[in-house]
Amino acid sequence: MAEMLALRDYYGKTVAELGKTNKDIVVLDADLSGSTRTSTFAKAFPERFFNMGVAEQDMIGTAAGLAAGGKIPFASTFAIFASGRAWEQVRQAVGYPHQNVKIIATHGGITVGPDGPSHQAGEDIALMRAIPGMTVIMPADAHETAAAVRWAAAYVGPVYIRLTRDKFPVVFNDSKTFTPGKGDQLKKGADVTFIACGLMTSIALEAAALLEKEGISAGVVNMASIKPIDRDLVLQAAAESGALVAAEEHSIIGGLGSAVAELVAENNPVPVIRVGIQDDYISSGAPEELLEACGFTATGLADAARRAVQLKKQAASR
Amino acid sequence: MKRTKDVVELKEIARRMRVDILTMIHAAGSGHPGGSLSAIDMLVALYCGAMDHGPDRKKTDRRDKFVLSKGHGAPALYAVLAECGYFGREHLKTLRQYESILSGHPYAPSTPGVEITTGSLGQGLSQANGLALANRLDGRDTFVYAMMGDGETQEGQIWEAAMSAAHFKLGNLIAFLDNNELQIDGFVSDVMGIEPIGKKWEAFGWHVQQIDGHDFGQIFAAIDNAKKVTDKPSLIWARTVKGKGVSFMERLAKWHGTAPSTDELNKALAELGEKA
Ligand SMILES: Cc1ncc(C[n+]2csc(CCOP(=O)(O)OP(=O)(O)O)c2C)c(N)n1
Ligand SMILES: [Mg+2]
Repeated sequence: MAEMLALRDYYGKTVAELGKTNKDIVVLDADLSGSTRTSTFAKAFPERFFNMGVAEQDMIGTAAGLAAGGKIPFASTFAIFASGRAWEQVRQAVGYPHQNVKIIATHGGITVGPDGPSHQAGEDIALMRAIPGMTVIMPADAHETAAAVRWAAAYVGPVYIRLTRDKFPVVFNDSKTFTPGKGDQLKKGADVTFIACGLMTSIALEAAALLEKEGISAGVVNMASIKPIDRDLVLQAAAESGALVAAEEHSIIGGLGSAVAELVAENNPVPVIRVGIQDDYISSGAPEELLEACGFTATGLADAARRAVQLKKQAASR
Repeated sequence: MKRTKDVVELKEIARRMRVDILTMIHAAGSGHPGGSLSAIDMLVALYCGAMDHGPDRKKTDRRDKFVLSKGHGAPALYAVLAECGYFGREHLKTLRQYESILSGHPYAPSTPGVEITTGSLGQGLSQANGLALANRLDGRDTFVYAMMGDGETQEGQIWEAAMSAAHFKLGNLIAFLDNNELQIDGFVSDVMGIEPIGKKWEAFGWHVQQIDGHDFGQIFAAIDNAKKVTDKPSLIWARTVKGKGVSFMERLAKWHGTAPSTDELNKALAELGEKA
């Protein structure tokens, strides 16, 4: 069993670490600094931490002003509030003037669990992906989180990094780096390839192992860089395996699955099955229960892969 | 504060700026004359008097900054920026045209002198707060100015920002409220009343002064007073006339967002003592 680490812990640690050497880094939060782990930075650099209260729109606006004044602001709250409540502020004050603001949103997806749909975010990636110039990242594990945060601090421009509450199995090690527009081919597959992000990457690896036993060769690509997406790698996987499964802890509308389907449809149409939240609100419950209910399991992903392979065969026999 | 221009000169500049505002909106065929004319005297006082700034300064240089939160007043801002030499006056007639440096609403990346991108109401004050916090972090003793419309203060984010500016004791922030009593659909008091203005801002922790927003003496005195208040943000609550300076535009909601026809432009320019 892989080691389990929380992405948000590594965000908190990494931004506090970066703050030691880069005095321009400032952090803002909206009364969730314990949950988002910005409290680590707040403790180390109280003069560079701004708790904006429960006021997400003002938080994004203030971050934009700090960026215009030469600072490198990291603004954090839960994903649904960062992307939803403050969407237009992100669009007008950050995206449109290409302001150097990093939005690090925790508690994305359904693994927020017991708090229920009001606190889950199945739409945030779609909302952020629609903003021109926004880089959208969903790391697979804690190490990739640290890498993405380090990259974001060095890059000049708007970034949305979507993290989660729960601990995820570790996929990479601490030498992992992040490059926008680059995915990781974790396994090659002749019959089908998973394009996954977040928790789905480790689950896709398990699913690929299950499929291997049935003689289905399934590849796995980790695509933390949802926007810009790794065009070449997705199209290469489409060409090599002829069928794709896009998997994410997000709605099937507008997220990684949409990005993959759009790319493939316009360049090399092959079957694409989207595994994600099926345009719905998911109930309260333990994260494992919700993952099961949504089919975000190795067997769920393996089923999707079989369907993709089936579609490919049907197309070939037409 | 040392000022290089006297009131007579400033009034003449403001007169010319009114001509520019109307001429550019007429050329564009659309735009917002009413709120540009109510704001222009304060913008002239800031850019041609109170603010320490200039087009020669680099992006990182110390300078006072201004945020036009009521971004539809862009023609007024563009007029003073051209007056101060941030770009050539020939750009004014390109307002709102495809690929002009003068977008319909202020867009910092394309227009020299524009600090913050606005147009969506309610968002400028938060960003002014951010600029003021950055000044404080870097130990710069410069000021951040902002201007809001009165209708604009119906936006919830304004009150979030009002709260945070006071919480962070932003004595280096001076915000103007262009209280022209009108918004698109009519009188502010009919659409969604914002009174009691002074009490509200005071209750939010601001230093409040009420002035006539067309009186240069009062504008400068208020700025001087505001600068002395170091532990609170300042609101300069400016009573103004929407459409000020053009008789047939004054106090009419209709002129919020209507471009003058050629006849109307000529009539307005004649009133302003300008030959067409
Ligand atoms: C968020 C947002 N909603 C609506 C508009 C459309 N709009 C432009 S100006 C305006 C009225 C503004 O009134 P006020 O703030 O009083 O401006 P002024 O009278 O100074 O022109 C509205 C509703 C907008 N620009 N932004
Ligand atoms: Mg008004």
